[in-house]
Amino acid sequence: MKPKRIYAVFLRQLYLLRNNPTRLAGNFVWLTIAIVQWGFISKYLGSLGQANFNFITVILGALILWEFLTRIQQGVMMAFLEDIWSNNLINYFASPLRISEYSLGMVASSIVTGLLGFLIMSIIAGLGFGYNIFIIGLSLIPFMGVLFIFGMAMGIFISAAIFLLGPTAEWLGWPIPMILSLISGVYYPIDTLPASLYLVAKLFPPAYIFETLRAQLEQAATLSMAFGNFIVGLGLALFYLFLSYRFFLMVYRQNLKTGKLTRFNASI
Amino acid sequence: MAATLKVKNLSKQYEKIAAVQDISFTVDAGEIIGLLGPNGAGKTTTISMILGILEPSGGSIEIIGKTLAEDVEAIRGSINFSTVYTHVPANLSVVQNLRIFGLLYDIADLPGKIESLLTEFDLVKFRNTKAGLLSSGELSRLNLAKALLNEPKLLLLDEPTASLDPSVARDIREKIRTYADETGAAVVWTSHNMHEIEHMCTRVLFLSRGRILLTGDPKTLPGENGKNDLEDLFIAVAREPLSINH
Repeated sequence: MKPKRIYAVFLRQLYLLRNNPTRLAGNFVWLTIAIVQWGFISKYLGSLGQANFNFITVILGALILWEFLTRIQQGVMMAFLEDIWSNNLINYFASPLRISEYSLGMVASSIVTGLLGFLIMSIIAGLGFGYNIFIIGLSLIPFMGVLFIFGMAMGIFISAAIFLLGPTAEWLGWPIPMILSLISGVYYPIDTLPASLYLVAKLFPPAYIFETLRAQLEQAATLSMAFGNFIVGLGLALFYLFLSYRFFLMVYRQNLKTGKLTRFNASI
Repeated sequence: MAATLKVKNLSKQYEKIAAVQDISFTVDAGEIIGLLGPNGAGKTTTISMILGILEPSGGSIEIIGKTLAEDVEAIRGSINFSTVYTHVPANLSVVQNLRIFGLLYDIADLPGKIESLLTEFDLVKFRNTKAGLLSSGELSRLNLAKALLNEPKLLLLDEPTASLDPSVARDIREKIRTYADETGAAVVWTSHNMHEIEHMCTRVLFLSRGRILLTGDPKTLPGENGKNDLEDLFIAVAREPLSINH
């Protein structure tokens, strides 16, 4: 594996952002809307005075971390889509670039968009609602680490699905984070879910992270619970990352055989 | 002279369609061969298999003494391509594109290499222009500059001068000729311009329905087959391949 080639894939995405700053503006606008909307909703719920905890702390914290994961997933997917739209896959796959290097390059570019999104949201939440995401403490780092790995896995999985089904399957990438958020305990505890969905939620790493986050903010988390959930979440995230990468590799090899790779472009 | 490219019994089958059927040929260092045939004859399929972006159903490809199936990464570092169907990303500038592909091919002294290619292909004044804003002639020059970044030992050109005006096309041809002469690179060239093929290639392979129908010197081949010129021969191959006596 050559870092130069990973850097090339990353640099291509960085140039895109530099050449077209409006792409960043789009990110900024959607994230601002989300924070402002949920900030006011949380403020209103808090004003009802029936809770023994701060809604802003729970909801905005969850929103910022979920959007971080979503930006990582979409960052990977967008990098792949850019190569489809610009008909660049043949240039890449006819060069010495390996699939692992290509995947890492896409992930590296998603780190930029993910962290930028996180920064934007943290600042707006701080300025607009006095919310400090870092109140979560040091555990924020491992939490974000697990969400980052799972975001990568989702991004690679969705890219592989697009690679398999064709560019028109691009739409798949947009609702999946939303659907997953329903069963991941982002905004409410997973025991709110029906029994069958509760079991499904347990299969996905974000549930472990958001359950712990909520318990921590309610000061109900023990160290062993937090550590246990982190380990399970991390293990699951790594497992999904491995599966997604294998899936991408399998689709690539299949497309090499069927000739789909040579005919893959956005207009088909 | 050692063959840079050895294709042996190469086939590609898509379910019931045989796109390429049991073709064999070699290309020597410094040689420019023309791969000719009507649309759907198997030219692009053959080039795709040599590039390693399409898996053959049978046969083998050997490039600079290495088998493609076993050593694809090393081989890809020594070959390159330019095709009318695939361009560099339109939303990046000329110099950004060359930098990215230079990193992919691990080019030593990349800034120096980029400057020399910009000069050689008369792209200096477009260095910060997005590729999508270039004219087709300028874009062809950029694609060719990208194809020569790694000084390939085997250059695959799929209709490199299609849609270019005669002056730009001649310029491109000369650059490729010079490159092959100076570096000893082997070149596989597909084109529908028979005058171009006659001018550039020392040998041609006529493909029809996935098979090699004829092979030989483009200057003498038409006469050997009772035709006036390469274009007449091409038309005969395209319309009545079975009438060719081979």
